[in-house]
Amino acid sequence: MNPKKEVPAVLATEKKPSYLQEEYLKSCKKHKQMIQFLRVFILVQFLIVWELLSDFCIIDSFFFSSPSRMMKLFLDMCHDFEIFYHIGITLFETILSFFIVNVISILISILLLSSSKVSEIAEPYLVILNALPKSALAPLIIVWLGTGAKTIIVAGISVAIFGSIINLYSGFKQVDEEKIKLIYTLGGTKKDSIFKVIIPSSIPIILSNMKVNIGLSLVGVIIGEFLAARSGLGYLIIYGSQVFQLDLLILSIVLLCIIAMALYQSIQLTERLYLKK
Amino acid sequence: MENINTSDDIALSLSNIHFSYHSPLGEIKALENITFSLKKGEFLAIVGPSGCGKSTLLNIISGLLEPEIGKIAVFGTNSKTSSDASVIGYMLQHDHLFEWRTIYENVTLGLEIRHEFSEENKERVLQLLDNYGLSSFIHKRPSELSGGMKQRAALIRTLALNPQILLLDEPFSALDYQTRLMVSSDIGKIIRQSNKTAILVTHNLSEAISMADRVLVFSKRPSTIRKEFPIKLTITDDSLLAYRNAPEFQSYFNEIWEVLIHES
Repeated sequence: MNPKKEVPAVLATEKKPSYLQEEYLKSCKKHKQMIQFLRVFILVQFLIVWELLSDFCIIDSFFFSSPSRMMKLFLDMCHDFEIFYHIGITLFETILSFFIVNVISILISILLLSSSKVSEIAEPYLVILNALPKSALAPLIIVWLGTGAKTIIVAGISVAIFGSIINLYSGFKQVDEEKIKLIYTLGGTKKDSIFKVIIPSSIPIILSNMKVNIGLSLVGVIIGEFLAARSGLGYLIIYGSQVFQLDLLILSIVLLCIIAMALYQSIQLTERLYLKK
Repeated sequence: MENINTSDDIALSLSNIHFSYHSPLGEIKALENITFSLKKGEFLAIVGPSGCGKSTLLNIISGLLEPEIGKIAVFGTNSKTSSDASVIGYMLQHDHLFEWRTIYENVTLGLEIRHEFSEENKERVLQLLDNYGLSSFIHKRPSELSGGMKQRAALIRTLALNPQILLLDEPFSALDYQTRLMVSSDIGKIIRQSNKTAILVTHNLSEAISMADRVLVFSKRPSTIRKEFPIKLTITDDSLLAYRNAPEFQSYFNEIWEVLIHES
């Protein structure tokens, strides 16, 4: 037995970095800061140009709005918390359908894994349902479920769920066969192989699938709100276009951008925390 | 070839094992008429051309596959399969330690699966970890260990279920040469000391000769047993290369090589 002769990988990296390594790290940091700066810079430039063009009447601010008009409207709508109500509704519907999509697609993927017969039979149905433009289903869902939150959440689920099942199932199938064999050599069953190997090793796939799901859930919720809502940002967009209040319409789109980014980032953060662990 | 019997000192006996793989493109005969038996505590090595069905044979012995024809008897109990992992332990080519588990959680995976988390078993695992120089790594993740340590951890995971027969399928082939020499010597010692019955499948002749009491040479597909070589090495010390430095080593190597070269 020669355990001491082998240097564990963790010890090998604990040396102090050399001068050149420090320089390299510095240049990496500089590069990162530069990119961050340029990202913000472009946004600020865009807002300034937009504002100036409308202030000098080069573009018609009735049609194109302007950052200051949107800010004013936003502050007005803050007074009675109206805007937060609409944001809250859209967020609630999106997050709820996101959770339902994840739970259902994980459960169905496990079911497909546990029986190859079931998965072979289900495959063409999943492919067709995934390829179908889900907005085509929205009118049908309204007829079935009426207008309201239920319809919108179902619309959110319908957009994301089929792709999610296909992604997860094919991710689960990519797990190394030898790792599954190991479970059998230790006397395990198919259930052990699913819960002790396939799911734990697919956590990165589940997390990256969540990033897709959150975006698609938001798409579905907005489609639902276009057609069947009296609240939410999708409703504000449609309402703004109908009464020609384009400040409201564009403000809602900007808020949607921020929400989409925040939702994506929160999952990205979860992913990073997991990978760090 | 020894006669098949079920007397007390026989750990494993195979009689007339046949196996073929079926696919829409046709049938591939992997094993034909494989018959041999193993005494308790005997260490058998199997060498043969690539793809000759050596791993298939281990899969059959371990119960992962069922032979089409033939019988396997484990400690005298006749059965077509012998899927009891507490009797037969199977060590694969790669360690397959799971990164989301600590070393301790990895080596106790078998106990967890079989719901055999008794104090006695836990005690044995800790003892094994201590014996094989891993006790200070039990809370570490596999990526923090060297290749040799990982392979030892994989062996402990197999030994945790206290199997009486060990199947080793190219267990060192993923290691670099230096680590391979050390780990094969370590594991050879462990198996000899614990008096386990073992079958090693390998491409490496030196490994087979230095570790085993008997070497079987398989023919190319469909595999039959071409020849068997009982190995008796005179060792003078307990060093790493003692078995490889034994005076008989080279002539065994040449004899087995002669048979093997005609097969590939």
